[in-house]
Amino acid sequence: MDPRNDFPVEVQALNHWYGQGEARKQAIFDVNLSIKSGSLTVLMGPSGSGKTTLLTLIGCLRDVMDGSVRLLGSELNGSVRATNEALRKRSGFIFQAHNLHESLSAQQNVMMGLQVHGRAADGAQFKEAAKHVLGLVGLGDRMEYLPHNLSGGQKQRVAVARALVGNPDIVFADEPTAALDRESGMNVVKMLKQLGVERGTTTVMVTHDGRILEQADRIITLEDGRLVKDTNP
Amino acid sequence: MTRILEKLLRRLPIGWLQLTHNRNRFLSALAGVSFANVLVFVQLGIAGSMTTATLQPYEFFNADIMISAEDANSLTEGGNVARQWLFQALADPSVTDGTPLYVANLTWEMDGGQTILQTFGVDPKAVDFIGPSVAQKLTSLTLLNSAILDRKTRDLDREEVSLIRPHSPVTFESEGNTITLFDTFSGGGGFNADGYAFVSDQTFLNLFAKRSSGAPDHILLHVTRGADTDVVVSRLRDAIADKTLRIRSYDAARDEDLRYQKTQRPTGLIFGFGVLIGILVGIVIVYQVLSTDVASHLREYATFKAMGYGQGFFLGIVFEEAMILAIFGFVPGVIVATGMLTFMNNMTGLPIEMTVNTAIMVFFGTLAACALSGAIATRRLANADPAELF
Repeated sequence: MDPRNDFPVEVQALNHWYGQGEARKQAIFDVNLSIKSGSLTVLMGPSGSGKTTLLTLIGCLRDVMDGSVRLLGSELNGSVRATNEALRKRSGFIFQAHNLHESLSAQQNVMMGLQVHGRAADGAQFKEAAKHVLGLVGLGDRMEYLPHNLSGGQKQRVAVARALVGNPDIVFADEPTAALDRESGMNVVKMLKQLGVERGTTTVMVTHDGRILEQADRIITLEDGRLVKDTNP
Repeated sequence: MTRILEKLLRRLPIGWLQLTHNRNRFLSALAGVSFANVLVFVQLGIAGSMTTATLQPYEFFNADIMISAEDANSLTEGGNVARQWLFQALADPSVTDGTPLYVANLTWEMDGGQTILQTFGVDPKAVDFIGPSVAQKLTSLTLLNSAILDRKTRDLDREEVSLIRPHSPVTFESEGNTITLFDTFSGGGGFNADGYAFVSDQTFLNLFAKRSSGAPDHILLHVTRGADTDVVVSRLRDAIADKTLRIRSYDAARDEDLRYQKTQRPTGLIFGFGVLIGILVGIVIVYQVLSTDVASHLREYATFKAMGYGQGFFLGIVFEEAMILAIFGFVPGVIVATGMLTFMNNMTGLPIEMTVNTAIMVFFGTLAACALSGAIATRRLANADPAELF
């Protein structure tokens, strides 16, 4: 990873709001934080506290209106589409609602995480890599299954494999273990921790799962759009 | 198919996988594209038959210049030309020969109906002015009230017509005259008549009593080998006193007739609009399919956007789908249309047929129309917002 990115996420004086005029509602108030490379950071807070908004802002999925967000060394306020796409390629996203492509098999869904980096000179390499990662999440025997033939937990594990197969520098996750049983959930967290140690992969996730909180390097709590607590358990 | 496309595109053929994921919807989409193809093919087939039917009678003759009345927009329309202009034209040093041509419709009354024959009255000795398919049979016209018949004439029993030979002639009645058919040639029904017939100029004047030998419908001329036809035409325009006449090269007369049929006759305009409607229907169908497909996959597309896929990737998927619909919709379309055109040809006797050129033109037209639909449908991709995924 780029040595400049000891702190792959740096947020300064970040404000964000929805709507305009009288309908304007501020969701983030003057948030400042930095996240260390290779760490597992959890964003917590009650519903409507702004944690998802913050995740999408630092994940380069939403335009930064006011303040500064630096992701992997690049400023996101005013960034152009090409910069955003390049940063997203270096990131892995795990959505609560898995968002698998219904027409693609488990293996093909995971291959999409590789294909974004360029067309394969040999598709077999992508297939092999997808097969390997699906094996790591315990789905080696479900590679050809379409999402509608998988259980909720299995779909979520495919989504995890898709996010991790491209060896991202940073992973953004929204309740990634909500649909998983205890063992699968812990395996996913262990994988993320292991990637942090071995490759310096940073993980930022929104979760209420107590099992993950035990594994977190840092817990940031938001309330009403404000950062109210920042702990290192 | 997936593997072939994967190798071809060097990526997962997401468009193909999306389209075929819901087979009923895919088949409906293909049926829509095929339907639009059939519409276009049928309209082009009819329009093409009009072209063929318009040009067909010109193939029966062999001339360099044609003189016609000012209102003679086609071979069969318009007034007469005074025969004296033939003699004046022959005075030009480059004009080697000329012959009058008489045209009228002859009604052949049969049991249960009648057949209209577009009848050409020619001098049986003017062999040089007659196309090769008819020229060698002209000698059989020297007898009064003899004729040679288009064996493709609509509603005639092909087997019976094929037996007509100089040694086994067939007679029929037309307005009190008994006409003997000594031979046949290949023509084909058009929009003005059911078929063609050739008679001598004397027989023609006998059959159409109101017509006069001094007023043929057209005058055909030959010029000396190597002479510039346009120069001769220009000279004749100056020399002939009647400035209302249309003096044109034979090729120009044919082209002007075709243009007139296509752009000024209602039939030509209707067929043209029919083709346009078919294309529009095709574009709307494909747009609807692609647009619905994009809308139903917005969440997946938003996910791909979040993963870093750019606009080119999404355009690639939509165009991939457009091309698949175009190609897979074309195949059944061309098969059904060929069957329909053959059926229409058999039913009407019109020269309606599927040609390779038409098929190639419609295929590329389908690709273009689908690409256009795809381009319009991609506007909906803007609605795929990755921020809404969390």
